[in-house]
Amino acid sequence: MMDFVLHLASWILLTAGGAFVLIGGIGALRMPNLYTRMHAASVTDSMGAVLVLLGVMLQAGLTLATIKLGAILLFLLITSPTASYALASAALLAGIKPDAGRAADKTPGS
Amino acid sequence: MTVLFGIFLLTLLVITAVAIVRTRNLFVAVMLLGIFSLLIAINFFVLDAADVALTEAAVGAGISTVLFLGALALTTERERLGTQYRWLSLIIVTSATLVVLYATFDKPRFGDPEAPVHQHVAPWYLEKTPEYIDVPNVVTAVLASFRGYDTLGEVFVVFTAGIGVMFLLSAHGSGAGRREQEASGIGLREHLIPRVVGRLLVPFILLFGLYVQFHGDFGPGGGFQAGALIAAAFILYALIEGEDRTLAALPQSGLNALMVCGALLYGGVGLAGIVLGSNFLDYSVLAADPVAGQHLGIILIEAGVGMTVTGVLLSIFHAFAARDRA
Repeated sequence: MMDFVLHLASWILLTAGGAFVLIGGIGALRMPNLYTRMHAASVTDSMGAVLVLLGVMLQAGLTLATIKLGAILLFLLITSPTASYALASAALLAGIKPDAGRAADKTPGS
Repeated sequence: MTVLFGIFLLTLLVITAVAIVRTRNLFVAVMLLGIFSLLIAINFFVLDAADVALTEAAVGAGISTVLFLGALALTTERERLGTQYRWLSLIIVTSATLVVLYATFDKPRFGDPEAPVHQHVAPWYLEKTPEYIDVPNVVTAVLASFRGYDTLGEVFVVFTAGIGVMFLLSAHGSGAGRREQEASGIGLREHLIPRVVGRLLVPFILLFGLYVQFHGDFGPGGGFQAGALIAAAFILYALIEGEDRTLAALPQSGLNALMVCGALLYGGVGLAGIVLGSNFLDYSVLAADPVAGQHLGIILIEAGVGMTVTGVLLSIFHAFAARDRA
């Protein structure tokens, strides 16, 4: 019974994580400009990766693998927002104006 | 399932390769090359080659990308148009592809136990490793002991490549004056969040590098991967804190010493085998017990590999970065 509950929970987490990765991918393709695309792609980093890792941790049980997965989770939670921040600030430095509308990016040069 | 996953990955690999060839923006091409390396690393991992996957991910996707970006900073971002040999290259590529396709018909099926690669020396390595060397990771046993000559050659190739790049890149520009210049405000130095996170991560990357270095006998890892990881930690430090502070922490003379000492350590362990009355690179005589001798020899030469790889990669990085500012 316990096994079944664990499997069920892990598969729900894995499926939800996969769905978030898919949503992030679609968003990164469909959004009109850089900042909105980053906003969509960040779903992959945060919810997608976290849910998939939690699902895999439930599959692994109380083993060394779970501790390693936890370390990866912590690493991702620290690094991926930093990477997003670095990307956004580099884009801002390059002169791309934030625009939540439907307009595509305008660089100062073009 | 594995076959399906493999086909999926290889399809992505082909798409990425075509995109790399098609794009005229070299910056995009470098990013795609990183993705290509990651995909092929996953592929290696699916095929149970964890050691190669680790190397490919660390060197191909990590360090190479940084070095390519460093090279791009010295040149332009756009590929130059117009080569007059387009038809000639098309003919050559097409005929080479046809030859390769024709050759694949003679290949054994994927995973065939009767394939020559599974009939040659591999069974002997698998059978004799517990007896002669007694390390769980057969890849390390093959790489460091059974085929120690090949790895010695690889280390000297890396060493020579490092010397070549340093000669080429330090040929121009003033030597002494260029370090005086202040780096401009653009970059990560002025940004608090990447700096804080980066400084938090550097010690852990170094620790993981040392783990990969010394755990190579037991799991995937070894000198090449560890060298790339340790170099990556220093490159991260250089990106967030600047070249000068990195060179203050580990100066170029230290890097040169690492490069030379690593290669010398490897060769010296080989010579020690001769001095102690056996063959070159035979570690069995290094200790009273042959198996303990093998362990000692493998740890020493892996340390040599790691030192040389770290020194060479960081020297190349600094050579590019110094040119950037000159």
